[in-house]
Amino acid sequence: MDRRETLKSLFLAPLAGSVIATSAGTASAAANVAWTPLPTSYSYGRTEVEKRYDARLFAETYFREHELITIAVLCDIILPSEHPNGGALDAGLPDFVEFMVKDRDQYKLPVRGGIAWLDSYAIDKYGADFINVSESQRLNICDAIAYPDNPDPELQPGISFFTVMRNFTMTGYYTTELGLKDLGYQGNSPGVWDGVPNSVLQKHGKHYDADWLSKCVDQSRREIIAEWDEDGNLIT
Amino acid sequence: MAEQEYDVIIVGSGAGGGMATHRLANAGLKVALVEAGAYYDPAADEQRTQLRYPWESPRRGASTRLRPFGDYNSCIGGWELDGEPYTMKGDTDFMWWRGRMLGGRTNHWGRISLRFGPLDFKRKDSDGLGDNWPIGYVDIKPYYDKVDKLIGVFGSNEGLYNDPDGFFLPAPKPRLHELYYIDGARKSGVPVIPARKSMITKRINSDRGVCFYCGQCSRACGIHADFSSGTVLIYPALQGGQVDLYTNSMVREVTTNAEGMAIGVSYINKDDLKEYQLKGRSVVLAASACSSARILLNSRSARHENGLGNSSDHVGRYLHDSTGASRAAFLPELIDRDIYNEDGVGGMHVYTPWWLEDANLDFTRGYHLEIGGGMGMPSYGFGFAVNQYNEFLGERVGGYGNQLRDDIRKFYGSRLSIACRGESVPQFENRCELDPTVVDEWGIPVLRFDYHWTQHEINQARHMQDTMEELLEASGGILLGSKPGADRDYGLTKPGEIIHEVGTTRMGTDASTSVTNEFGQLHDAPNVFVADAGTFVSQADKNPTWTIMALAWRQSDYIIEQMKQQNL
Repeated sequence: MDRRETLKSLFLAPLAGSVIATSAGTASAAANVAWTPLPTSYSYGRTEVEKRYDARLFAETYFREHELITIAVLCDIILPSEHPNGGALDAGLPDFVEFMVKDRDQYKLPVRGGIAWLDSYAIDKYGADFINVSESQRLNICDAIAYPDNPDPELQPGISFFTVMRNFTMTGYYTTELGLKDLGYQGNSPGVWDGVPNSVLQKHGKHYDADWLSKCVDQSRREIIAEWDEDGNLIT
Repeated sequence: MAEQEYDVIIVGSGAGGGMATHRLANAGLKVALVEAGAYYDPAADEQRTQLRYPWESPRRGASTRLRPFGDYNSCIGGWELDGEPYTMKGDTDFMWWRGRMLGGRTNHWGRISLRFGPLDFKRKDSDGLGDNWPIGYVDIKPYYDKVDKLIGVFGSNEGLYNDPDGFFLPAPKPRLHELYYIDGARKSGVPVIPARKSMITKRINSDRGVCFYCGQCSRACGIHADFSSGTVLIYPALQGGQVDLYTNSMVREVTTNAEGMAIGVSYINKDDLKEYQLKGRSVVLAASACSSARILLNSRSARHENGLGNSSDHVGRYLHDSTGASRAAFLPELIDRDIYNEDGVGGMHVYTPWWLEDANLDFTRGYHLEIGGGMGMPSYGFGFAVNQYNEFLGERVGGYGNQLRDDIRKFYGSRLSIACRGESVPQFENRCELDPTVVDEWGIPVLRFDYHWTQHEINQARHMQDTMEELLEASGGILLGSKPGADRDYGLTKPGEIIHEVGTTRMGTDASTSVTNEFGQLHDAPNVFVADAGTFVSQADKNPTWTIMALAWRQSDYIIEQMKQQNL
């Protein structure tokens, strides 16, 4: 997909019952967050039953606007867009998370509850929802919950939530064209496997021994129809 | 439609049904092939999943209920099918996989194609447990040879007595993590040889393509360079005009006449939900070990009160599956490795056959080791716990930001895993039977499973765990996770989980302790045959597909001969 060829913008609206920052200096960088939208229909060898199931998921909306913006802001922190191969928002992460929690609904509550926990924590600490505190305050919060070895019992729900969001972000990004490029993935294309490259063998101190190689395919003869002698020795 | 009498009605289009269709149609017999699922062509774009990138799926290849092995996997079916329940007796925890499509479960298997060896047919002779087969390796060897040549299997002739040589295509070279395994296994004195799998590494005929190494056999191959029953056996058979294919057709029972002989089958058309009859001179059941047993048990009549072929009360008994256990390690030497295309064939290029035949162990019967790892295509789940191996490097786990990109590359392809697959001891008490009260959505009584492992399988799993630890560490790996102990039966898989169910209609010479003769012919109704793994007397630690096909071919020759002699 091209880098944000279409932008989806969501503007922050006050939410009933939520605490919106009132103090000066907390004007939110999250007030205008945008990402490359993902397609809402797919064609990849589905049965009719599968098509109906996926259409039903796409027709459903799970996250509230505030939640989706929070997901976008978090995913952007986890894999920032300021990179030659783009980041989470270029890979449409909020749309991906929205789809996946509907597909695997054991994630619905952990993500919804995690966002609520995050907001409550941000309000306690900095007086506003996560997306409405300053960028440095957001990063302070992430520093507290991004490392599972942090033993602070108060932070454990946040740590669990951040782990879920990091998993979604990494898998959602590295399964896009941008992610495969970032990784340097080389496969999924017709070719001929003829063993580990020599330079790699040398680097690892490995080699193919002659006896094993004698059992392996000679790729220059792969198109010649196989024939055997009566003892099962390949003769072509 | 004018009522037609077929020479043979074949129920199920997997390995056994496909081979029976191929051989019997080739001999000029008029065949009806009845499949409970839909038609399938992996090359048709509306069904193709091969060579698709992860982002072509909204869930990026994650598993679904209809495709539990990932939503690019070609097999449509699974452990739970809507409208087709099964039940358990007591604390049984059995998993029953059913494929519902042309080619059945051959769309899903790992293509590991192992011959049973001479010892595998005569296990009672060595440990006194279970029973010997009524045939030996010499009886089936000519058919294994034919299957090798018709279908194609890569491997190597190693001269191992119980892992017999064959007519192999040349093997693909090992990948890097497999070279680490080879060195580790040799250090531990454990044999390791090229895998034996049915992918075409060298041209076998003008119809099928040669493997182009995308590593996606599990998605089914559009050029038919891997074996599945649909593409390799049934398509050619359909070309000959001798086969009528009935898809979406769920067989309820084999119909019989007053003498107790089969006259056909009745099935429900899943599209119009009506019941239909097919007439035939003979019936070949190849619906899978448990499904064929279910059909027989549901085929009750005055002559067959306990179900067809069940005068011995052996239909459904001796159900057994392979054992399994697995473990993985992190290979620090593969940190920051060079990235290149190593997709290879789908799955492993090397494996370890059972090597302790003569050892004194606290369990009987062996297992083999399957090797996994490498730089596969990312799909859903890739990047989870992105830098968990930092723990082994004294670095911090977790975090956020662009460092995670470095972590992904650092650990990509640094995992080595082993899965063991072993032989269990068949038990009279382990069985599937009809549930007395539960029916499926077409009103057909369903199966109820009653199955428990014995101490042999549990002790075997403990041995598997010790072996895997030793080999992973000898390969330079740091073990991941914890070793399952006695409280978890040493990580032993659930019965059914390995999807190698066999034994439910076992063959034998004594009609009071077996269901069929050595040709899979029912003792009680000689024009009914079983061509799936139900006839296996014992499982071996070998994946059953190659033996299913060799036996089905042998059975087909027998059917043709019996028809010539007008015995059928």
